[in-house]
Amino acid sequence: MTLTDNPVADAIETTAPGTVLSHLHPVGSFEVADHEVPTGREEIWRFTPLKRLRGLHSDAGYGAGATSSTWNTPDGVRIASVDGDEARGLRGVSGLVPNNRFVARVLAEVPSTLLVDVPAELEVTEPIVVDLTGSDASVTEAGHVALRFGAHSRAVVVLNHVGHAALAQVVEVKVGDGAQVSVISLQDWDDDSVHLTHHEATVGRDASYRHVAISFGGSVVRMDSNVSYAGPGGAAELLGLYFADEGQHIEHRLFADHTAPKTKSHVVYKGALQGQGAHTVWVGNVLIRKVAEGIETFEENRNLVLTDGCRADSVPNLEIETGEIEGAGHASATGRFDDEQLFYLRSRGIDEPEARRLVVHGFFNDLIRKIGVPSLQEKLMATVELELAKNVLKDLD
Amino acid sequence: MSTLEIKDLRVSVDTEDGPKEILKGVTLTIGDGETHAIMGPNGSGKSTLAYSIAGHPKYTITGGTVTLDGEDVLAMSVDQRARAGLFLAMQYPVEVPGVSVSNFLRTAKTAIDGEAPKLRTWVKDVNTALEQLNLDPSFGQRSVNEGFSGGEKKRHEIAQLELLNPHVAILDETDSGLDIDALKVVAEGVNRFRAQEGKGVLLITHYTRILRYITPDYVHVFVNGRIAEQGGPELADQLEAEGYDKYLRVPTGG
Repeated sequence: MTLTDNPVADAIETTAPGTVLSHLHPVGSFEVADHEVPTGREEIWRFTPLKRLRGLHSDAGYGAGATSSTWNTPDGVRIASVDGDEARGLRGVSGLVPNNRFVARVLAEVPSTLLVDVPAELEVTEPIVVDLTGSDASVTEAGHVALRFGAHSRAVVVLNHVGHAALAQVVEVKVGDGAQVSVISLQDWDDDSVHLTHHEATVGRDASYRHVAISFGGSVVRMDSNVSYAGPGGAAELLGLYFADEGQHIEHRLFADHTAPKTKSHVVYKGALQGQGAHTVWVGNVLIRKVAEGIETFEENRNLVLTDGCRADSVPNLEIETGEIEGAGHASATGRFDDEQLFYLRSRGIDEPEARRLVVHGFFNDLIRKIGVPSLQEKLMATVELELAKNVLKDLD
Repeated sequence: MSTLEIKDLRVSVDTEDGPKEILKGVTLTIGDGETHAIMGPNGSGKSTLAYSIAGHPKYTITGGTVTLDGEDVLAMSVDQRARAGLFLAMQYPVEVPGVSVSNFLRTAKTAIDGEAPKLRTWVKDVNTALEQLNLDPSFGQRSVNEGFSGGEKKRHEIAQLELLNPHVAILDETDSGLDIDALKVVAEGVNRFRAQEGKGVLLITHYTRILRYITPDYVHVFVNGRIAEQGGPELADQLEAEGYDKYLRVPTGG
C-alpha cells in the first residue's frame, strides 16, 4: 500500500514491534486531530457518497433533541442515559480505538452514553428493545451506545432505528466470558435519513456473539461492524439483510479480527436491489493474526438484482498470518432472478408474480430464520413483502 | 378426457452461429388415456420436445401447433399450460433455496385448482404421496431440490405428478440415474397416475429399461428432430436388441 503523509498512515509505519501492519487494521487514535477529513479516495471511503452525508464524516456540528430513545427494562437489567465520568469510562469499552475521524469525534464530543448493562449470569428471556426515533433529518446528531454483557449472561438487544435523522453513531459491545448475546440493529429509517454507524464488539473467552444488521430504509446507511476476541474459544456470527430501493445507498463493512486462538467467525450477508440508482456495498474483511491458531472463518455475500439500474459491490478480503487454522473461506455472488428457478415454479402452475415472490422469500428465509427472535422474524417477512410490492410485483402487470 | 395434439412442430434455439433448428416437424397425438414412449439417441431433440410443450423460454417455436383438447397451448404462458393440465417431470429439477417442499407443493396445488386445498385432507395427501415414493415426512421441510440426491429429485417430481394430478404428464428421462429399486418406485407412481380415467403420458427415455415397468401403448423412435419410426411396445424390444444404429446410419444431412 502507498503511504501518504497523513498522521494515521504515519502511525502505521511507526508501530511497535509485534503489531500488525495490515491495511485491514490501521493503528487508531482517540485524538480527533490525528484523523484527516476523508476525501473519498481512501480505501475505506471509496464507495461512500460523502456529499450526501451532511458532514457527518467531517465536521458537522452535533445538535441535540431530534432523536429520542425509549426502551423496555427487563428485571435485573440497567438501561440508562449516563454522562460525566461514567460515560467517559465507557468510551473504548469494546476495545475500540478510533481509526477514522467520525468515530473519534463521537467518542470525544458526545457528552452522554446510552448504556445497556446486563449483569453477570443474568439470563434475560425477553428481548431488550431500544427504539431510536428521529424527528428531523436536518439536524445532524451523534450518539454513543454501550452494550455490556457480564460473564455467562444471556440476552438479546434490538436497536430499532426509525424516523427522520442524520445520525453519526458508535455502538460498543462488550461480551463477557461465556456469555451468549445477540445484538440486532434494524435500520428502517424514512427516505430522507442519513446514518453513519460503527459497531465494535469484543468477544470474551468461550462467548458467542451474534450481530444482525438489517437495513431497509434511509437515503444513506453505512455500517461498519467489527469484532475482535478477548480470549480463546469465542464465536461470532455476523448476519446481514438489506434491501435497497431507488436512489438508496446501503453499505455494510465487516471486520473479523481473529486476535485469539480457536475463535470462529461466520459472516452471511444477503441483499436485494431494485430501482434506478439503488447501490449496495458489502466489504468483508477477515484478519487471522499469528496468535490465532486453530480458528475457523467463513464469509458469504449474496445479492439479488431485481431491476435494471442497480449496482451491487461485493468485496471479500482475507489476510492470513498463520497457516495453522481449521478453515477459512468466502463466497460472493450477485445476480438476477434465475430464469430456471422461475420456469420450474411456473411449470407447476404458479404465476410469475407469485414465483418471484417465492424466490425472494426463499432467498431471505434462511437468514431470517437464524435471527432467533420470532416476533422480529414475522415483521421482517412482512417488510420484504412490502418492498416487493413497491417494484418487482408492480412491474409485472 | 384429454387429447394432446402436436402437428408439424418446428423449434429452434439461438446459438452463437444463429438460430439452429432442433425439431424439424414433429406430429404426434396422445389420445385419451394413452401412454406414448419417445425413444432416441442423445441429441435427437427428445428433451427439446418436452421443454417446448412446457413453454421454456430458451426454445423458439418456428412452426406447427400444439393443442390440448383443442386449446392452443403455444399461446399460453408457462403457468397457464400447467393450469390447463400439462405437467413436465424434469430431467434436471431446479433448486429453489429457502422455499420448503411443503410450501411449494401447497402453492402449486392452490394455483392449479384455483383455491387452497382443504388443510386436513391436504396434509394427509402429501404424507401419503411422499410415503409411497419412499420419501421421509421430514422431506417437506427441506428446500426444494436443494441437497437432494439424484433419486430424491426424481421421486419428488413423481410425488408432484400425483399430487397435482394433471391431464397429460410429460416425463423427461425420469429414469436416468436411478437404481433399479428407485426406478420401480417411480414406475409405480406413474402407473398409479395412469390407472386413473383418461390420463395421457408422454414418456421420454433413452433406455428401454423403464418400459418393462411402464408398458406404453405406442413407441416412437426419435432421430434428428423427427419421428423416424413408430409402432407398439414390440418396437421397444427391437430397439433393445438392435440399438439406434440403423437409424443413425441413414444420412441426415446434418
